[in-house]
Amino acid sequence: MTKFTQELVNGLTQGGLYALVALGYSMVYGVLKLLNFAHGDLYMVGAFVGYFVLQWFGGPTALAVPVPIVLLAMFLLAGGGVGALGVAIERFAYRPLRDAPRIAPLITALGVSFLLENTMLLLFGASYRDYNTSAFISFSTGIHIGALNIDIVRIMVIVLSVALMIGLRLLVSRTQLGRQMRAVASDREAAEMLGINVDYTISATFFLGSALAGIAGVMAGLVFNQIYTLMGFIIGLKAFTAAVVGGIGSIPGAMLGGFLIGIAEAFITGYVSSTYTNLIVFGILIAFMILRPSGLLGRVQLQKV
Amino acid sequence: MAVEPRDSPSVGVDEWVARSLERREYLPGWRGDVQRALEQVGWWPRLVVATAVGVFIPVVIGLNSFQTQVGIDALLLAILALGLNVSVGWAGLLDLGYVAFYGFGAYGYALLSSNQLNPPGGIHWPAYFSIPLVMIGAAILGLLVGLPSRRLIGDYLAIVTLFFGEAFVEFTNNVAPSKLGGPNGIFALDPLHGAHVQITTPTGYFLVLLGLLVVSMAVLHMLDTSRMGRAWRAVREDPLAASAMTVPVNRVKLMAFAFGAMIAAMAGTIFAAQQTSVFPTDFDTPYLILIYAGLILGGAGSMSGAVLGGLLVSIVLDGFLRSPTQSSYIFYGVILVTLCVKLRPWTRVAFVVGGTIVFGFVMHAIVAAFSSSAVAGTSGAHSWIDLHWAIVPANPVTFGNICFVALLCLVVALVQVPGRWRTMLLIPTLYVAACAWEARLSQVPATTRLLLLGAILIVVMAWRPSGLLGARRVEIV
Repeated sequence: MTKFTQELVNGLTQGGLYALVALGYSMVYGVLKLLNFAHGDLYMVGAFVGYFVLQWFGGPTALAVPVPIVLLAMFLLAGGGVGALGVAIERFAYRPLRDAPRIAPLITALGVSFLLENTMLLLFGASYRDYNTSAFISFSTGIHIGALNIDIVRIMVIVLSVALMIGLRLLVSRTQLGRQMRAVASDREAAEMLGINVDYTISATFFLGSALAGIAGVMAGLVFNQIYTLMGFIIGLKAFTAAVVGGIGSIPGAMLGGFLIGIAEAFITGYVSSTYTNLIVFGILIAFMILRPSGLLGRVQLQKV
Repeated sequence: MAVEPRDSPSVGVDEWVARSLERREYLPGWRGDVQRALEQVGWWPRLVVATAVGVFIPVVIGLNSFQTQVGIDALLLAILALGLNVSVGWAGLLDLGYVAFYGFGAYGYALLSSNQLNPPGGIHWPAYFSIPLVMIGAAILGLLVGLPSRRLIGDYLAIVTLFFGEAFVEFTNNVAPSKLGGPNGIFALDPLHGAHVQITTPTGYFLVLLGLLVVSMAVLHMLDTSRMGRAWRAVREDPLAASAMTVPVNRVKLMAFAFGAMIAAMAGTIFAAQQTSVFPTDFDTPYLILIYAGLILGGAGSMSGAVLGGLLVSIVLDGFLRSPTQSSYIFYGVILVTLCVKLRPWTRVAFVVGGTIVFGFVMHAIVAAFSSSAVAGTSGAHSWIDLHWAIVPANPVTFGNICFVALLCLVVALVQVPGRWRTMLLIPTLYVAACAWEARLSQVPATTRLLLLGAILIVVMAWRPSGLLGARRVEIV
């Protein structure tokens, strides 16, 4: 039972990260119908921004200011910086292709992803970097029941990711910007005719989605410690599938999909085999995408002719 | 028997397809005349001429071993781009797991020509037996991977096939290490052999690959002009309309996957035989991007475009980028040509080039006046540029990185600002590009190569989505 709960917590932690990245995918896909392969790499950039903010405050072992302020700065700067990067990528790479055939932006997205990965490789090298979280956040704080340990970092990741998702949900359903985003997602031309600033709305969507990915990157650094330049590719792949599993374009769907994939992965690692985790997860995801492409919470979309 | 009018399409060619092929735009002026004259030459004579040139280069002129290896890599990439063109270019199915078929071919050949299976003797089948077997296996695998295309289109198909490609790398890394070798790969494969002939020299492999490329082109050309080729294009343009015209859409898509897979697997077998070893990392995403870059640059949908793009990308990235001197020629050459082509009128080109040169000397003089160590470094390629024009500090890494980031920002800014300012901004951009190149990029060819691949994809898609030789089709609304 302890092992079960422990794996569940691991799954929820990983799932929270998948869900945050999946939200960005889902939002961007919603407004542009673009599979943004570079999204996973924005997550990687976020992890690096967080790392350098941490170093700037004196490094994990000799922090100059209290830990909560450092964490806040890491999240804010990573979120803001990566959000701005996302907006720049949209302006530069995707906007000229908005009316091009579907295949063109997809290949551009591959190119952007490759460019980001290798720029980071050029600047910071291929070696792993270590957040060394345990040096400034004690892992002994947290919930301990018998042999079950849920440390404070994992609690923070799960709580923060759920809070961000609720905030995003409120933003999309209650605010003016959210209404514009939904309008652009359902019909861009009609939205433009109704006086909605489509360019601004798309930029805002990219900012929000990329910021979430950046924050997820910092969280990944805090939980798993190690960050490297190629960390974004696989998580991008899985997060997109999480968005599809939940039903693309749906925010609760992306959350559900992210948590489901995280938990499934944790249980496969814990109970079946850690060598074959990725292989089994890939198999399940391929099967799911073939059998139910509309996702769990998505609606079957009729193709307009 | 009814007499057909002269200008109607020949029997068996569907009229809409025939017209859409006619509806190309010719270039203006004399270039259009050259284009029309070249189009008078038939397809088969062109193939014969290209083959003759291909044989002429290694046999008569002679290549050293490095050049031959570059040629082999280029031919491999050309064959792969040709195969990818079937599913991506003709049938319009975005297959991101394509490199796995290449890996399947290489691993298939490796298992059938080494001591890996059936110990102690292993299996050592002759090539004329093992290669067709592997190709048939790949075709069946292609059909299986293509099955999702029955239900999924566009992005969903792309991601499922990408999963397949990743799964292949995971599979070869983790499953049955005693048989597949795990991350260490499989060693000591037989070279191509059979019927008392054994190919061991690089030139031999070059000619084998050239032969296979020509045969594939011939077969694909016949396919292209056949009922199947027309069906592929019809499905690409509009699956619904195609199915209304009784094209069996699903079967046609599966055939595209199968043919692409067969060609990729064929390239894989030769790759394995030539390298005499296979590793999982040979078949990972970077190589997929390389194949895509070749196809996109050449022009998806055009066979000669795919071959040309594959050759070009491979020769430039593998051949010239290795040595700093040659890569610098390519770097500055490409910049100059782009300026001449894209900037009008010529006075503006002269202004930009002259401005950049002057700007460089001024900047260099200013920096040198403050600190001599800031201009002390050299990339080793053209010491004259480094010593008098581009700024290369004694410790160039950090400076080069800053220049590179500044270059990215400037390029983004360049796209955003309007007319006159763009010309002004071009001068510092070019100078920063030169500094980044001399200080950092030319020193790390492996990373630069990947950076350029990403840049090629973005630039070609934004500037000329049809590629170099792709037909510019007029959209039919």
